[in-house]
Amino acid sequence: MGKTLFDKIWDSHVVRSVEGGPDVLYIDRHLIHEVTSPVAFLNLERRGLQVFRPGQTVATPDHNVPTEGQDLPIGEELSRHQVEMLSRNCEKHGIPLYGLNHPWHGIVHVIGPELGITQPGMTIVCGDSHTSTHGAFGAVAFGIGTSEVEMVLASQCILQPKPRRMRITIDGRLGPGVTAKDIALYIISKISTSGGTGHFIEYAGSAIRALTMEGRMTLCNLSIESGARGGMIAPDETTFAYIRGREFAPQGDAWEKALAYWKTLKSDEDAVFDSEYRFLAEDIEPMITYGTNPGMGITVSGHVPLLEEVAVAERDNFLKSLEYMGFRPGEPVAGKKVDYVFVGSCTNGRIEDLRAFAALVKGKVKASGVTVWIVPGSKQVEKAAREEGLAQMLEAAGFVLRQPGCSACLAMNDDKIPEGKYAVSTSNRNFEGRQGPGARTLLASPLTAAAAAIMGVITDPRILMEGS
Amino acid sequence: MAYEKFTTLISTGVPLKSENVDTDQIIPARFLKAVERKGFGDNLFRDWRYDREGLPKAEFVLNDARYSGKILVAGKNFGSGSSREHAAWALYDYGFRVVVSSFFADIFRNNALNNGLLPVVVPPLFLGKIFAAIGHDAATLFRVDLPQQLFTIVGSGESVPFEINMYKKECLMKGLDDIDYLLSMKGEIREFEKRGQ
Repeated sequence: MGKTLFDKIWDSHVVRSVEGGPDVLYIDRHLIHEVTSPVAFLNLERRGLQVFRPGQTVATPDHNVPTEGQDLPIGEELSRHQVEMLSRNCEKHGIPLYGLNHPWHGIVHVIGPELGITQPGMTIVCGDSHTSTHGAFGAVAFGIGTSEVEMVLASQCILQPKPRRMRITIDGRLGPGVTAKDIALYIISKISTSGGTGHFIEYAGSAIRALTMEGRMTLCNLSIESGARGGMIAPDETTFAYIRGREFAPQGDAWEKALAYWKTLKSDEDAVFDSEYRFLAEDIEPMITYGTNPGMGITVSGHVPLLEEVAVAERDNFLKSLEYMGFRPGEPVAGKKVDYVFVGSCTNGRIEDLRAFAALVKGKVKASGVTVWIVPGSKQVEKAAREEGLAQMLEAAGFVLRQPGCSACLAMNDDKIPEGKYAVSTSNRNFEGRQGPGARTLLASPLTAAAAAIMGVITDPRILMEGS
Repeated sequence: MAYEKFTTLISTGVPLKSENVDTDQIIPARFLKAVERKGFGDNLFRDWRYDREGLPKAEFVLNDARYSGKILVAGKNFGSGSSREHAAWALYDYGFRVVVSSFFADIFRNNALNNGLLPVVVPPLFLGKIFAAIGHDAATLFRVDLPQQLFTIVGSGESVPFEINMYKKECLMKGLDDIDYLLSMKGEIREFEKRGQ
């Protein structure tokens, strides 16, 4: 029987299968940031150990950093302390660190691919749930806890039970104004936040093939929100073209050799998945979440579900969610006032996201009652935005480009949404208090965020698009 | 190293009926700034336990003097959301050694097992019985027998078996650490790397 892509990569990285237990999985790339690494390093040192493979480790501070005035010392004491600890730990152990103001600095899941560090066929881990992003390159990439960070630092391996395999196939063509973000929110609304639990997802189908690498990253990024361990897409010409020439991509003979191997990375025709779903691209419209988990999503032009439309077991949760969000069952969300718009995060903080936002707001002006934070995912994205004239275009419309960091996605820094305010956010989680105590998050694509920023209310972006 | 050996635990239970409790509620992001594993228990369920002024919210179960114990009884899909291991630390640091529910999010379950916190999965109906038992008498005792893999309501004697990976079970019973295990394999890991070239 054939193997899935996930099987091929996982199995080839197993050092040993523990009897009645997990696999010992070798890790090709370990990405670290300032929040989940300090305790791991501390424990490593308490055991008198050195980092085993510093050359396969890459670090960047992203969760806690301010997105303004990065050339100044960090004001917030605890944040500053964590960032300093990361610097000290990396220096002590010889780990490459792209810190604040380094030209390659940024959100860890943005810089990995940008620098050609993320490659097909690799196993990649990081102490962050959205590590699944790197799966867009045909890598087995997943988030781990701090103890596991310590394991990888100590041995370049991790103990992990092998997940089951799921395939989600989406064929057809996306309509105008419909993006990878909308695909992701659509999927989670269909399979729920626990639908993928225990599985690793492979995305397939013509609509997936048609996505750019950045679109694929957005989709894989959100795999975790369906409860899956990770998500991946088989590499193809789109993937190879993206990687070619990047800083840490193989070169010359090594490139040819790598390419030959990468071309073998696909699921066999007769591979069997433990679970399969099929969706049609034409059924997907711009989406927005109305509740307090990423699965509570509807079309922007749709309405909050009626109580009758919600499964009995979910109703208590549904009503509690609506109370927090200040919505009523059955009501439309289009037209609702928006107080904040956040464009950024490892989900939608790349150059194509900024281009999409800028294209929609070009020639228009920011609505007066809305505060907008546009946070590029990395210094390279920031640079590209300036070079392409996007920063100027955005400023003309009343927006300001901030500096890279995770920012308002989880609001560990000062970019917090105030209590009770509505924020259309291109990030990945809308849990109660995620963006600040009492904050009301509405997850959406950069296009939907742009429409909200212009109109001041939730708006289907297709209404504002040229030619529609 | 990191935690005490676990064999059999007999304790009362703290009932948290909410379902889909995500790790942002278990330990809000603003408390992830610590660089040492201390004090996480103080911030367990912080925003549900305390109001803006830092005063305890009477209606939250951890502030209800009737309930105490080392067993947290939780509604389904406990621990969903972020991979933050701090969630498991916060629960352990507060004093819980067991969380029992009908469903756990994967990453949380792994994090719990790695940190001496035993996640016990019981059928939904049995979970209902546990809540009912506590509701009837907050002093109800439960026995969690790891070697036998049995969860028992002591008063009525009703019990259900629970699953746990053999490797994790052995680690928990010996207070053993994954890292010690991996370190013992260094030679084999180097061999693997050489073969890969």
